[in-house]
Amino acid sequence: MKKSHIFIIIIIAVAIGIIITTAGDASTYVSFGDAYQMASNGNNNSIHVVGELTKDVNGQVVGIEEGTDKVSFSFMMIDENGKEQKVDYNQPMPPDFTRSEKVVVVGHYAGETFKAEKILLKCPSKYQETKVNA
Amino acid sequence: MHYFVGNLGHIFVISSFVTALVAFFSYFKATSITDPEKKKAWLLNGRIGFYIHAITVLGICVTLFDIIANHYFEYHYAYNYSDRKLPVYYLISTFWNGQEGSFMLWLFWQAILGIILIHTNKFWTAPVMTVFSLVQAFLASMILGVVIPGLEIKIGSSPFILLRDALYDAPIFKVQPEFVPKDGTGLNPLLQNYWMVIHPPTLFLGFALTLVPFSFCIAGLWLKKYRDWVRPALPWALLGGAVLGTGILMGGYWAYETLNFGGYWNWDPVENAVYIPWLILVAAIHTMITYKNSETALKASIILVVTVFVLILYSTFLTRSGILGEASVHSFTDLGLSGQLLIYLLFFLVASIVLMIVRWKEIPTSQKEASTYSREFWIFLGTTTLCLMGFQVLMPTSIPVWNKIIKLFGGSSNIALPANQVEFYSKFQLWFAVVIGLLSGIGQFFWWKKIDKEQLKKELQTPILISLILFALIITLGNVYTVQYIILAFAGIFTIVLNAKILFTLLRSSPSLSGGAVAHMGVGMMLLGMMFSSGYSKIVSLNNTGMLINRELTPEFNRDNLLLFINEPRGMAGYDIEYKGERYEPRHHSGYISKTDVLKTGDKDVVIAKKDIVVDGRKLFSAKDSIEIQGENTYYEIELRKGDKKYTLHPRAQINPAMGGLLASPDIHRTATADLYTHVSSVMSPDEELEWSKLEEFTVKQDQEFFANDYVSALQSIDRIPEVAGVQLNNQDVAVKAKIKVSGEHGDYLAEPIFLIKDKMVGRIPDEINDLGLRFTLLNIHPETNEFTIGINTRQKDWVVIKALEKPYINVLWIGTLVLVTGFGIAMARRIREFRLMKEKGLE
Repeated sequence: MKKSHIFIIIIIAVAIGIIITTAGDASTYVSFGDAYQMASNGNNNSIHVVGELTKDVNGQVVGIEEGTDKVSFSFMMIDENGKEQKVDYNQPMPPDFTRSEKVVVVGHYAGETFKAEKILLKCPSKYQETKVNA
Repeated sequence: MHYFVGNLGHIFVISSFVTALVAFFSYFKATSITDPEKKKAWLLNGRIGFYIHAITVLGICVTLFDIIANHYFEYHYAYNYSDRKLPVYYLISTFWNGQEGSFMLWLFWQAILGIILIHTNKFWTAPVMTVFSLVQAFLASMILGVVIPGLEIKIGSSPFILLRDALYDAPIFKVQPEFVPKDGTGLNPLLQNYWMVIHPPTLFLGFALTLVPFSFCIAGLWLKKYRDWVRPALPWALLGGAVLGTGILMGGYWAYETLNFGGYWNWDPVENAVYIPWLILVAAIHTMITYKNSETALKASIILVVTVFVLILYSTFLTRSGILGEASVHSFTDLGLSGQLLIYLLFFLVASIVLMIVRWKEIPTSQKEASTYSREFWIFLGTTTLCLMGFQVLMPTSIPVWNKIIKLFGGSSNIALPANQVEFYSKFQLWFAVVIGLLSGIGQFFWWKKIDKEQLKKELQTPILISLILFALIITLGNVYTVQYIILAFAGIFTIVLNAKILFTLLRSSPSLSGGAVAHMGVGMMLLGMMFSSGYSKIVSLNNTGMLINRELTPEFNRDNLLLFINEPRGMAGYDIEYKGERYEPRHHSGYISKTDVLKTGDKDVVIAKKDIVVDGRKLFSAKDSIEIQGENTYYEIELRKGDKKYTLHPRAQINPAMGGLLASPDIHRTATADLYTHVSSVMSPDEELEWSKLEEFTVKQDQEFFANDYVSALQSIDRIPEVAGVQLNNQDVAVKAKIKVSGEHGDYLAEPIFLIKDKMVGRIPDEINDLGLRFTLLNIHPETNEFTIGINTRQKDWVVIKALEKPYINVLWIGTLVLVTGFGIAMARRIREFRLMKEKGLE
């Protein structure tokens, strides 16, 4: 076997290794139900859950509790299957949090609450102006 | 309405597209025809075509600038991205706030590069310009904004559309089609930063430069000049590497200064999309240099040069098609161009692959096996590492694309990007960086010395010894105790020392060849800088109050943020941190002014001074002066004290509706050894109602001291005043003003509540001391006992939540970058000389 062949085999092995670890480290979009199932099976990988904030009949966001020293907060969120869940976040509330149309939380269950490591917001009209002020 | 300028712009756009096609066709003919007379004629045609094309591209830029500079807000671009207050130098930045403008920038650079190429090449002009013109045609089609009749397919998005056509749903245009807004919505305040004036042009110049080696390579394959394209392409590839690298780092520096991620690199898909082509470009440069010296690695060079350009197109597709959508915070929205972008990408991908396959067998290869002691072997290892490094970033960055492809074939996929991107990428890239560090030391060594096993040991002894000593020093002095960082530090030091040795030898013999050594020293310094600044970044604001917010939270919840009340110092990590209040920054003066010293006006950008404003012992404004400020920016004065050193930082919060409300930017205190980096994480909402406590009453005599919320206060005087601002006083009316002195933590404050009797009715105007959260009201006057009743309300003091980080030795990274770019520059100068020499001989 020539040296270059060994070399090529090593490269292919590394590339396959990269693909496998990428697939292994990639997160997934799941529902709260599945996330809970995963956590109770001892799988503490971070996953993505997509949902909305809970709102009352007037469209006001309800269920937000802010910590007294304002460095953390918790809120209620409904996933796409309609399951309502309390989410804890150890960062200050992102500005415009309550205005968001859609919330993606990245994290995992700890007991009965979902602990978010990251929150992604989908706000209305983030880049495009839709109205003109006369 | 100014229709003419927009129509003119649109004509320029269409002609730029047409002329690019004309140039493409002419140069194509000039390349394929053998008859020298006809060839000459077609060449002339092509040149005229491209010149007109360049002029029209310039015309597009000038007309758009005219629209923006003259504030023609009937145009969507001007309305959406500029306003009347914007200073001239930021008018330029509006070009890259919108997607159409950034395509124009790209067109502009490539037009200029095309003209340079026409004038510097003889033999290569026709085939190279064929590729160039075709790419220009594709780019121009992106801003065409033409609807094909019958098919209803819109090609491109024009920057010259009118507001009423862009927002045809807006009710105002149904009532009043001729409506022109008085002012625009303004440039995104994030982009109002000097780095944002120079970063995008640099990056796009880098993009444009990758087209040059690609065009030479395709020309070489096309004309079967497999060996000859490398020499003219090499200086351009080096320039591209330098410019693209600078552009990327400028973006990183801007992010470090302006965004609150806490770093210069966040592994966001948009950042990765330019990082990958740069890595491959650097790999391509290495194989091209190898080929120039030893006739090996030609095929690798061809593949890599083509890959770089295709990756640039792929990154354009990723960031502009909207496919990243939820995955990235700063990608553009879809302008309906995704199909067009995909065609652009696939066309060049397929065309180059087909061309390579057709020509593959004819490309000369070297049969000899590279020995382990040959330089080619080591360089090849290095380029392979660079490629794998890029591949490792490419795979996960493309996850949204994989999802789309799976869906296209009817499957369903729920893969998401790794939850912690920084951790995920760093874990891999760190080890690649170690290999790169070691190889760029060893590889350079082999490059300059043809040596065997025995000699190798002898030659390497001293440098390894020096590296080890330096390494031991840095590890102990810098307290580096983590295994992977120790290894990374060694790799960095090793390459610096080895390349320094080479540099000294070269400086004595032939300094013009020192580019490689300098560039690799830069790489070593960058590795060290990254290792320290990211690996040993320390959170200074660690929350150690023990205040539990929520009992359900487990202790592992790290609290990196800290709540600070105004004028209440908190000690942590060796620092005393104190919040001193909200500040504005005047537009035309340096320094900050306190919000409590000014009155707001109807215009958010103008305030009026309540008293003389003195900054650093210099009087900036007199009382009642109106001051121009940036109304959307509030600065939070944070003082950090360590020993007898005192640093004042002004992190910023910006009201920025385009980016989702409030946006924080850090302030950085720089020292030679570390940066102290602070940003606000949460601030008091500017329109929130304040909650006051119940009124507390005190009855006091003049000069009698009393406690207002634990602050020693005294009523100094009571005076009748002739007039009260905003109140019409008649003859019978009386107004008195009390002066109450309050001793705060940092000096005395004066509250001046007013008591007035107007038309036999009692009125009270309270006064507030913002810094102390106190409000005084003069409730009653008792002339019989010479006493006064004062009411006091208290509220929660002003607060801010901050995060502070210490980033050690980050300057090593910035200096390393400059050294790397200098190295590229030296190497490029050498290759240009080489090319000139050959051109004079009539060989190019």
